[in-house]
Amino acid sequence: MKVELQQIDKHFGSVHANDHITMTIPAGTIQGILGENGAGKSTLMKILSGFIQADSGVIKLDGKKVVIHTPDQAIHHGIGMLHQDPLDFPPMRVVDNLVVGSPGGLVPNKKEAIAALKKLQERFGFQIDPDAYVETLTVGERQQLEILRLLWLGARVLILDEPTTGISASQRLKLFDTLRKLAADGMTVIFVSHKLEEVEVLCHRIAVFQRGRMVGEAKPPYVTTKLVEMMFGKAITLDERAPCATCDPVLKVEHLEVEDTRLHICDINLEVCRGEVIGLAGMEGSGQRMFLRTLAGLTRPVGGKVIVHDKTLTGKTYASFRKAGVTYVPASRLEEGLISGLSLTEHFILAREQKGFIINRDAAVKETEENIDQFFIRGKPETHVEALSGGNQQRALLALQRQDVDVLLIEHPTRGLDIESSIWIWSKLKARCQLGATIVFISSDLEELLHYSDRILVFFGGKVSEPLDAGTTTVDQLGQLIGGLGMKS
Amino acid sequence: MPKTSSRWLGLLFQVGAVLLALLFTSIILLLVGAKPFQAYERIIYGAFSDMGHISDVLVVWVPLVLVSAGLLITYSTGLWNIGIEGQIALGAIFTVWAMRLLQDSSIPPVLIILVGFLAGMLGGALWAALAGALRVFGGVNEIFGGLGLNFVSTALTIWLIFGPWKRPGVGSMSGTVPFDTSLWLPMVGGSRLSLWSLGLGILGIVVVYFILQGTYFGLRLKAVGKNPRAAFLMGIPTSSYMMLAFILCGVFAGLAGAVQVTGVYHRLIPSISSGYGFLGMLVAMLVNYQAIGAPFVAFLFAALNIGSIQLPIDLKLDSTLSGVLQGALVLFVLLMDGVRRRVLHKK
Repeated sequence: MKVELQQIDKHFGSVHANDHITMTIPAGTIQGILGENGAGKSTLMKILSGFIQADSGVIKLDGKKVVIHTPDQAIHHGIGMLHQDPLDFPPMRVVDNLVVGSPGGLVPNKKEAIAALKKLQERFGFQIDPDAYVETLTVGERQQLEILRLLWLGARVLILDEPTTGISASQRLKLFDTLRKLAADGMTVIFVSHKLEEVEVLCHRIAVFQRGRMVGEAKPPYVTTKLVEMMFGKAITLDERAPCATCDPVLKVEHLEVEDTRLHICDINLEVCRGEVIGLAGMEGSGQRMFLRTLAGLTRPVGGKVIVHDKTLTGKTYASFRKAGVTYVPASRLEEGLISGLSLTEHFILAREQKGFIINRDAAVKETEENIDQFFIRGKPETHVEALSGGNQQRALLALQRQDVDVLLIEHPTRGLDIESSIWIWSKLKARCQLGATIVFISSDLEELLHYSDRILVFFGGKVSEPLDAGTTTVDQLGQLIGGLGMKS
Repeated sequence: MPKTSSRWLGLLFQVGAVLLALLFTSIILLLVGAKPFQAYERIIYGAFSDMGHISDVLVVWVPLVLVSAGLLITYSTGLWNIGIEGQIALGAIFTVWAMRLLQDSSIPPVLIILVGFLAGMLGGALWAALAGALRVFGGVNEIFGGLGLNFVSTALTIWLIFGPWKRPGVGSMSGTVPFDTSLWLPMVGGSRLSLWSLGLGILGIVVVYFILQGTYFGLRLKAVGKNPRAAFLMGIPTSSYMMLAFILCGVFAGLAGAVQVTGVYHRLIPSISSGYGFLGMLVAMLVNYQAIGAPFVAFLFAALNIGSIQLPIDLKLDSTLSGVLQGALVLFVLLMDGVRRRVLHKK
């Protein structure tokens, strides 16, 4: 089925997630959609599959204009989406998962579903037991099940959002074979990924997204450097940087091993000097957040050591890390950083040392006013934090960090901020480094990583690179590493 | 400027909610063939016609305001302490227990009553700590844990009345043997009101107001209630603060139980909490968790409770009408709050 998207536009608050995107995908094509996190890929796919609605724009299927408000309508039109995390029901059997979303009478016809499942399995060489419980399947099998379910429901356009995260290499090959077969049968496959290698191998054509816009299209043979450049924009010239003369190690990580349900990263070693800035690069979900949270004592490592100021803190609580001078600044400002419903003054009272039992409001207001001036927060002491704009929230969040803290762990220090605010925030952070603070931060902005870090760690597919010297690395090199090219396996 | 206008709008919606609640109750009254205005007049008469009635209202007000004060603490911490009924009962049980142990000794009555109060606070606190521990360390939602503990406390009360603490001869639903009058709180004139418990009620709500408005402790509780994850990252030990909120609320509930024993019933009866725990939740919801309004709303609810006793006497209506009105009030206030938000959001 031919899919046409015309002038699709979507805002989330002040974020322009999709900026008038127009693209046409002919039937029988595997269309790759490439872009970094937050580029607007998933938003566009969710619009196409009915999970969210566009502010404006037109969707045409085989030349006919359609209106899609819900995933149910989408599948009715033949569009099925495979989500990054399988949307199935783990405690239920495979066959129940199959029939649960199907239209039909009061009593589902399971026999028919099982027969259909068998037929489809034979065609693609899958082997899933219809009576097995979904929680016993691997992520790859659950993905296969989801594909079969969508096909059974009559999907003729298949959208896959980052489908290769968390599945094995052989399952990936099988997935690619299946997708090629489907395309040969005239189905349209949309493959969303940030992994250059996969997109290059699989897709008949590639569209590259950046900051809500489609910035370019490519057909084989692909030129990797060109794709990277489209993904991340052009390189900027870097300032001269003075190398650290001597290293006074503040934070040490030895043979650290972290894991969650999807990832397992072994043997991370790092020594961070006083005043140094370490950037953590990688696509979202590559383990950098887990690593940063481990450095704060928020996540327990499986093995290895975290040493702050010569004290081994492995396995200790966040409170002990804080006592040792570590603080964690989360990315989701209103979810984890600030407390909606409390004023700026109340935040400063909470963040500062307690003096006595009773709050001295006047002193707190005075301190808040000083910070508002110093950090250019556009708000008043009595303003509730949720009423501040994103940039002001971020400035407030930084202003709240105590001066005696000397290891700052920051997730996305400037995400969602305009250039001016970003530069300003980094000037404040760098000033703290001059005073001896150490910063480890996560960012998906390559320029930010290269410009402000001294060294960079790249996370990809369960591995971590050796620390890179930010002064001698280029945007292209970093982009390729993030995309998994040139990572040591 | 927009702040004042929204405040006025809020007030307007609240008045509207009260009117709707009255309208709703009136419809119910009409359905059973009664005259609404006559019923309201009787309620007001029953609550305020003479000093006897007014003092009865205050007798209800004291435990209600104590319970509401405690609940304001848990609400501020984002916890639904539905186990409050059981905490009142355990407060009463501990008070009775301590006073039974000491009543035959040579200790002065004043001291025995004092120990009774302390024991009551301890009992409420322990029962609340149990609900809190289930929530904080066991992952059991405090609503389910509290509900379960309420049943256990009822069973415990009944067991004590019919078992170890039964009256000589046969145990009875009328409760345990009353204490000697020397162990009763002194009362005003011929009423059931004790100035001591009245003072305690006022002190309780003032203390809670002060804690929530002016102290680091109170602000941290609110921070935990509004965003536990952010509070934790800011370095507030959220688990300890949740436990403390439960325990403090339990202390207030226990006090209410102790007041019921020493000032009102002078013994343990099966429904010693008199439903004040649940009524207190309504009070706390109605004042939108602001301590300043609690004494007034508690007074209104107490007046409705006492005033409606007049209904069966004069109009052959059931006195549970007060419950209908109280429930309708809370529902409509919450509903109008939702409507107000929608209206403001649309703008």
